[in-house]
Amino acid sequence: MSTTSIPLVGAARPGLLGKLWRGNVGPVLVVVAAIMVVWYVAAVAMNWQGVSERFARMGQDASAGAVFWQTMAEDRPMLPVPHQILVELHKTVLDVAPTSRRSLVYHATETISATLVGFLMGSALGVLLAVGIVHLRTLQKSLMPWVISSQTVPILAIAPIIVVVLGSIGLRGLIPKAIISAYLCFFPVTIGMVKGLEAPDRMQRDLMRTYSASTAEIFWKLRLPASLPYLFASLKVAIAISLVGAIVAELPTGAQAGLGARLLAGSYYGQTIQIWSALVVAAACAALLVVAVGLLEKAVMKAMGGRP
Amino acid sequence: MSSFVERRLSSPVKVAWLVALTWVGCVYALGLVHQPDVAGDASGGFWALVIALWVVATLSVAGLAGLKLRSKPGRLAVDLLTPFLFGAFLFFLWEVIVVGFGVPPALMPPPSAIWERILVSTDLLWADFRQTFLKGVLAGYAIGCLSGFAVAILADRVPFLRRGLLPVGNFVAALPIIGIAPIMVMWFGFDWQSKAAVVVVMTFFPMLVNVVAGLEEASRMERDLMRSYAAGYWETLIKLRLPAALPFVFNALKINSTLALIGAIVAEFFGTPIVGMGFRISAEAARLGLDMVWAVIAMAAVAGSAFYGLVALVERAATFWHPSIRK
Repeated sequence: MSTTSIPLVGAARPGLLGKLWRGNVGPVLVVVAAIMVVWYVAAVAMNWQGVSERFARMGQDASAGAVFWQTMAEDRPMLPVPHQILVELHKTVLDVAPTSRRSLVYHATETISATLVGFLMGSALGVLLAVGIVHLRTLQKSLMPWVISSQTVPILAIAPIIVVVLGSIGLRGLIPKAIISAYLCFFPVTIGMVKGLEAPDRMQRDLMRTYSASTAEIFWKLRLPASLPYLFASLKVAIAISLVGAIVAELPTGAQAGLGARLLAGSYYGQTIQIWSALVVAAACAALLVVAVGLLEKAVMKAMGGRP
Repeated sequence: MSSFVERRLSSPVKVAWLVALTWVGCVYALGLVHQPDVAGDASGGFWALVIALWVVATLSVAGLAGLKLRSKPGRLAVDLLTPFLFGAFLFFLWEVIVVGFGVPPALMPPPSAIWERILVSTDLLWADFRQTFLKGVLAGYAIGCLSGFAVAILADRVPFLRRGLLPVGNFVAALPIIGIAPIMVMWFGFDWQSKAAVVVVMTFFPMLVNVVAGLEEASRMERDLMRSYAAGYWETLIKLRLPAALPFVFNALKINSTLALIGAIVAEFFGTPIVGMGFRISAEAARLGLDMVWAVIAMAAVAGSAFYGLVALVERAATFWHPSIRK
């Protein structure tokens, strides 16, 4: 392994293809292609039995060739092939009006709006808690252990109760989902922010003290700027689990709209293609949200005069 | 304010008196609130007592946090007592407010009712625990962590694979993997196997990413030393790089211990035999049996913390040399 990382002194400079190969792009493409191949093979293998049995029952031509093509065109396959999912995505994202119940855009907006509201509430709570924990010794001693141990509890299990309890006092729709998201995502923000606010070392704090800076000034001029990289790292984690929270919150109570509801409906009616396309959209949402936080980070860092 | 309290309450005796006062007051208030003529219809005087207790409790927690003790066991005791008192007081408030205002149990049961529910339904809870935790979680956790570890070693052996797998693994680790639960239920049936399958996928990627990062931990110089001893790849791996990667491995094991429980419980929302923690939660929540739901959650909390604690204990024993533990 160590031999490959030695720079090739005097070797010819690699061309574009070589660069791709040596960087991450080439290997990632190969791995993704390999996953696709495995996917197709697995789909054919998993759907084979069902198709061949149905063909035999209906007295159709059950030759290997006919069965092979049918495994990739089933209505409710055990495992749909990628191009079936793409067709379904095209149908439910582009062909249907985005306000229709059959549109995945509609369901995704529903889930993302709950995710974002929950993310904002949770991060605000997380930052507030962190500021309190850093400044008050009492809170640090009494609250911090609970914040940490709250993470060893399967918090997601609590989702159904929150939805039911809030539903019975008249809160439905977006708010219960957002609360679950907030509950899930406050933790990484608190932990990261506490670490970030404590990042300035003794000497920097002493310097502020020799300037006779007040606690508030130390906070705004030293601690807060120093904490931002930590904050953004945990915000990226937080927004991803905020999405998970919103999806899970839609599961147990039979919500009508949202990606979670779409998953549940697909699982009731055995619509595997629908489940997979909802999953792909959920994955795309997660990626989009994390990238958005990354862009925000870059913008904030630039505004603060940071150099990349 | 807190620094003022800390200065005023520096003597352990004063703090001990405050803690004792809080304790006695809370016990008295608990007895009072369960009187038939107080429950659901508590007077202003009672709430004044609760608020006074709140102030005293805040003072005693602040006093405890500010204590500067010489002896090591004393400091440890205070470090444990402070969060314990804080948590106990939160439970006290929960109980007093729910009983005092007469909140309907279908909305929010008091902790005492949840505790009674736990005591009368231990058989049911044990069956749920066995189904979800002992079967689904443990099987999935073992398979997921081991296969993540194995693939990480493979990726380490083949640098090309590492460069390709790591970005993909990082991407997948950020996805809402929990969504594959309905598919796994479809493939592996309603019983615990499908839950274990969800747990396998959820625990695989954190382990993969962490082990690959951990194997980079051994420095160039240490590796060169191994090379000068004429150690081969496997010997270097087992004697140098894996031990150096242990903190990362345990980090993944700890992350996975909570992920596994979440995965198994949520997968049960998609169909299960009529036993299991996730089934119990969704069934009882639907018919507003909230004391049972809270009982299951209390059990999940204890199981989750115990699992995490166990992994942390093994970590302390296995990575005793690491600076974060050596202190």
